[in-house]
Amino acid sequence: MIRFDRVSKSYPGSQGGLHEVSFHIEPGEMVFLTGHSGAGKSTLLRLVGLLERANRGQVWVNGHNLSRISSRRLPLFRRQVGMIFQDHRLLADRTVFDNVALPLVVAGLGQAEIRRRVQAALDKVGLLKKARALPVTLSGGEQQRVGIARAVVSRPPVVLADEPTGNLDPELSLEIMELFRQFNQVGVTLLIATHDLALVEHFSCRTLTLRDGRLVGDR
Amino acid sequence: MARRRRTNRLRASLQPRAWLLRHLQVFVSSLGRIWQRPFGNGMSILVIAIAIALPAGLQLLVSNLAQLAGHWEGGASATLFLKPEVSDRQVKALLQRLGNDQRIGALEHLTPQQALEEFRQHSGLSEAISLLEENPLPHVVLLKPADAGLSPERFQALVRELRSQPEVDRAMVDLQWVSRFRAMVQLLRRGSQVLAVLLSLAVVLVIGNTIRLEIQGRREEIEIVKLVGGSRAFIRRPFLYEGFWYGLLGGLTALLLLELSLLFLRGPVERLAQLYGGGFRLQGPDPALALAMLLVAVLLGVIGAWLAVQQQLDRIEPA
Repeated sequence: MIRFDRVSKSYPGSQGGLHEVSFHIEPGEMVFLTGHSGAGKSTLLRLVGLLERANRGQVWVNGHNLSRISSRRLPLFRRQVGMIFQDHRLLADRTVFDNVALPLVVAGLGQAEIRRRVQAALDKVGLLKKARALPVTLSGGEQQRVGIARAVVSRPPVVLADEPTGNLDPELSLEIMELFRQFNQVGVTLLIATHDLALVEHFSCRTLTLRDGRLVGDR
Repeated sequence: MARRRRTNRLRASLQPRAWLLRHLQVFVSSLGRIWQRPFGNGMSILVIAIAIALPAGLQLLVSNLAQLAGHWEGGASATLFLKPEVSDRQVKALLQRLGNDQRIGALEHLTPQQALEEFRQHSGLSEAISLLEENPLPHVVLLKPADAGLSPERFQALVRELRSQPEVDRAMVDLQWVSRFRAMVQLLRRGSQVLAVLLSLAVVLVIGNTIRLEIQGRREEIEIVKLVGGSRAFIRRPFLYEGFWYGLLGGLTALLLLELSLLFLRGPVERLAQLYGGGFRLQGPDPALALAMLLVAVLLGVIGAWLAVQQQLDRIEPA
């Protein structure tokens, strides 16, 4: 589902980036991506979500060679990948419902279908009652769950999460991870970047470890 | 919840009804967005309106002047000097022929005697004239065209024809001032066109800049929409509609400004026209001009928005 073949990414005048990273994630896997900050976790996720392109090597996601996706088709590709961020990246002036509906509106779905799917997604993350609320009125954990609902509402085969529990206490973090596991159980491929090793220990999932832009562990 | 898809094609699914509904939604919401900042956006709209109203107003002035020129062309006249040797009988016959000509209106005949008398009164050379042994002046015929709106070219052609009459020695056409007036109107018309082009550019720039600021203000939203797979067209749409609204509102305001200005001018203009004894009435923008103003305004709005969008959207990428 996600395949890196000797992928390098460097930023001019900066130490960060990735060097010759190769791995393969099968469909339906749930994988943790760990490493100290600056090791390249975010860069790797950005390459998968095609927020950036690799300098060298090939990235394959869901059967697409990302170097072959033109900027015109880029939006269509992004619809196949759900992305979750530490800072949630919600629209402050839209309700929870509208935030979650955004990927479906963008994809051009009909109103009835949008309502049905958004309600299902909000139900799944336990926020159905807050559909009319604005994001600022929610707690950090709830905002993150809105972000998660938005990432899965269009039923993408791949979901990426960049430090999804970064600002949450352990109990909430566990709850969020439990949600991810539920999505994984219905077939979603998940790649979760986190530096919370205790959390990684708790779930016995495959873990990729990055250090200074190189893949140093895969277990 | 999630369903695995194994498609290797990236293709957008198009649902015409949802697409149309979405357009309608953005159409209305973009107007609402302008409404949200009534003062700032109102000022932009006023600037646009003035830029549209100025050339349109000048155009209106030009067409009113042209109408005035039509009124005054009755002032065009010609003078025929007959050959000295023609007899009174021949003169009478000529006058009869001219009187029967449908194209000729007012007709006035001055005998050499009358002409000399008039000359004596107006020239102040009565002493010198009394020394003349015989009257050197010929018969003179003054005439005006029957159709007051006759173009100078047609009138000139008529006079050329009269000159070839055997009794006529020379013919003079007095319509130089009409030609000058027309040339002036032409110049004004050309000036209004130049002004229209320049101010159209100004409208495009004003709307482009307004939309550019709007895009920058919604940077975060654009980034997020790009993250979830919003296409260029999707992101562009609300801004283009906003350009449309700016153009339309600017055009409507321009029409309002024109009407108000005319209302302000109408009284004095009509008094002036009465003093000159003319039935001249100040013409407002006719439906064709009004429609053209609105169409051009809308077009300029969309063009301005398009330029801003083309320049800005690619620069905003999710970080």
